[in-house]
Amino acid sequence: MLKAQNLTKRFSGLLAVDNASIEVQQGSITGLIGPNGAGKTTLFAMIAGFLPPNGGSVTFEGEDITQEKPHLRARRGLARTFQIVQPFAGLNVRDNIAVGAYLHTKDPDEAKRQASLTAEKVGLGRELDKLASGLTIAGRKRLELARALATRPKLLLLDEVLAGLNPSEIRDVLPIIRQIRDEGVTILMIEHIMQAVMNLCDTVHVLSQGKMIASGEPRIVCNDPAVIEAYLGHGAAERIRSEGKANA
Amino acid sequence: MYSPTIILEALVNGLMLGAVYALIALGLTLIYGVLHIVNFAHGALLTVSMYLVWIGCEYFGLDPYVAILFVTPAMFAIGYFLQRLVIGPASRGSDNGILLVTLGLSIVIQNLLLAGFNSDTRTIVTDYAFGVIPLGPLLLSQPRVIGLAVSVVTAGLLWLVLNRTDIGKAIRAVAKEKLGASLVGIDVAHVYAMTFAIGTACLAIAGGLLMPSFYVSPTTGAAFVLVAFTIVVLGGMGSIPGALIGGLLIGVVEAASSLFLGDSLGQIGIFLIFILVLLFKPTGLFGAR
Amino acid sequence: MKKAELLCALAFLIVLGLLALVGLPGNILNLFIFMMIITLTAQGWNLLGGYGGLSSFGHAAFFGTGAYAMTVLQTSFGINAWVALVCGVALGALVGAFIGFLSFRAGLKGSYFALITLAFAEVLRILANSWDFTGGAAGMMIKLQNGFAYLQFSDRRYFFLILLVFVALALFLSRWLERSAFGAYLIALRENDQAAQALGVDIFRVKMQAITLSAGLTALAGCLYAQNFLFIDANVAYGSWISIEALFAAIVGGAGTLIGPLIGAVLLLGLGEVTKSFSGGIAGLDLVVFGIILVLCVAFAPNGIRGFFANLKRRRSAAAEAA
Repeated sequence: MLKAQNLTKRFSGLLAVDNASIEVQQGSITGLIGPNGAGKTTLFAMIAGFLPPNGGSVTFEGEDITQEKPHLRARRGLARTFQIVQPFAGLNVRDNIAVGAYLHTKDPDEAKRQASLTAEKVGLGRELDKLASGLTIAGRKRLELARALATRPKLLLLDEVLAGLNPSEIRDVLPIIRQIRDEGVTILMIEHIMQAVMNLCDTVHVLSQGKMIASGEPRIVCNDPAVIEAYLGHGAAERIRSEGKANA
Repeated sequence: MYSPTIILEALVNGLMLGAVYALIALGLTLIYGVLHIVNFAHGALLTVSMYLVWIGCEYFGLDPYVAILFVTPAMFAIGYFLQRLVIGPASRGSDNGILLVTLGLSIVIQNLLLAGFNSDTRTIVTDYAFGVIPLGPLLLSQPRVIGLAVSVVTAGLLWLVLNRTDIGKAIRAVAKEKLGASLVGIDVAHVYAMTFAIGTACLAIAGGLLMPSFYVSPTTGAAFVLVAFTIVVLGGMGSIPGALIGGLLIGVVEAASSLFLGDSLGQIGIFLIFILVLLFKPTGLFGAR
Repeated sequence: MKKAELLCALAFLIVLGLLALVGLPGNILNLFIFMMIITLTAQGWNLLGGYGGLSSFGHAAFFGTGAYAMTVLQTSFGINAWVALVCGVALGALVGAFIGFLSFRAGLKGSYFALITLAFAEVLRILANSWDFTGGAAGMMIKLQNGFAYLQFSDRRYFFLILLVFVALALFLSRWLERSAFGAYLIALRENDQAAQALGVDIFRVKMQAITLSAGLTALAGCLYAQNFLFIDANVAYGSWISIEALFAAIVGGAGTLIGPLIGAVLLLGLGEVTKSFSGGIAGLDLVVFGIILVLCVAFAPNGIRGFFANLKRRRSAAAEAA
């Protein structure tokens, strides 16, 4: 459904993303993992149209959208959340979500009704009249999710929606993400919390220093020596293996 | 239709007026570079300093250039307390808030002056106001030659203050990395106020340089503020060398467009430059980024 | 609650109209007329600066275009006043679209947007001050002709009533905006333009629509100003005073609220009169008070007087809930 090929992004000399390709199958939950500073968010920004790539292409449902503005991609059904939450701080939760819903209806009453339903779905049903600036971190993450959902996306790009949540909050959000997929929305998610990645993702791609170094099933990818080294440093895979032998 | 001498003379006089513009812009760009605020009250504060110079001459019989020595510390103090007690606390750091607070201040100052001094224009009579210095075929206005010299010296002093003194180092540290500076124990509110004070003190010198050949009324500064913004934007917001070169350039442009378009249309050249730079190169010609 | 706000404002306008019909001293009626012209200007400013968060320092560009169109079309071309009014609004909107297109294309916002609008207004002021067909520095007069077709009345109360109708229409326009998808998009891009784009909002287009609407409404105020005073010059029509009054009234009353501009204009001009009568005619003191109020508003009531009361109410109901 989504195909990003050979994307490259340079920030004045620094190669943030280097020739990275990623493919997302319809109906899947695909994970994008990698150490801090690997270029995951930059890759996301290029897919969503917030950063123009220096090279490469993005195709969505068979159409080349590399040059398209973000709002046009959103209208195609490509929605994103932001790693650093970006609420409309002065608006209440309902009005925040309604901005997303206006993509499908120009009727304010209908948009607000849909907003309430979406809020219900992500567990914000009781905070509809609260100002976005008055929400907890967990609440704001849910709001990001709800707003994106309200645009009725075909593909949802989630940028660390679980970061900053405590374990019980994470446990609450995991089923929500799974339910979104079950309702027919394809998901591509950046995530650091391995428990969530293992739990949710069908496929995982690993980005390190701007390069895609591995992809496949989560369990297999996580045992890939290249991946372990990317996270823990050069020689780490070797050490772990030998320690494993010594212990055995 | 214009003899080359007239054109050249106009340009050189423009260049010298530009030096005083540069001084005004220097204060503005310093404040922008460190506090990241657009100080709309800058023009009104220039008017204040011009009135102070005028008072010094009218009531204490000082020469305008001597008056600078007294007006500068006064403007420094005004700037310090304005930032520390009004602009800082009232704007709560929001971009829009600062813009509105300094706009409000400029209106308060301008109209206090109107209430105090009414709208008459005030001038200072000196025996050198119309003095000329011959330079080859050119006749240069004496106050403007002095303006150029003092502006250059002031810019040099400012550079020394910023690079050679402790407060200068603190100012540069805060401009680069506010949080880091506060972590190593720099009092950011104090540095902000000091920067604002230095920027305002530049206006005292500019006021003293302008008074012999210019006049002052409550709205005089308002005419200068857009010129100063143009220079600052042209030179790159926050760039001190940019402000100097921008000031000289704008002085020349103004002289040229007054010469060719007449006085009433003359100012339009500056605004058009301002608009074009904002639209096509908002980082300015010498912008840091 | 929003509906109540609209009804309150309409009731206030009706009371003003009735007062005028019953009979007001001439100078009070003139003050009210001026208040309504400023209200209309501020309502225009509010559409862009309040709801859209794009503070313009140069709404004089639109006000003056309306005023000059009204004057030039009637005086030099003998066009009917009402037709001139429509043309004035259209021209004002066009100037708005032009300035908006250039500024938003370049991605200007915040202080940069404020400064460039100011510069555009100054350019227009200088041009109007030097061109012959705008009367140059001498300004221009509209011929005195009474009658509905000329939009001039020997009884000034009728002009006031027409003004009230325009202010009421502007209130309905703001009300429509607050309830529409367009308004939601405009407010969204004020709060966070990146997030708005991610949700499918074409922010360039929304800003263009907002500045066009805003400029048109402010141009309408300019048309009516010219028609009321029958004389304009460049410093009046394109002067920064009107940009500042529009911004003051909207912000002090409550930027981005329905009745903010009305509250602000009535309060500021009312207070201005009071200051003038106390200060014994010293020029400028009323503006000193304005400036201080603006600074105080930014410091203590960032959402203006309207927002201040909304906050009090919210706090009180929260306290009641807690108790």
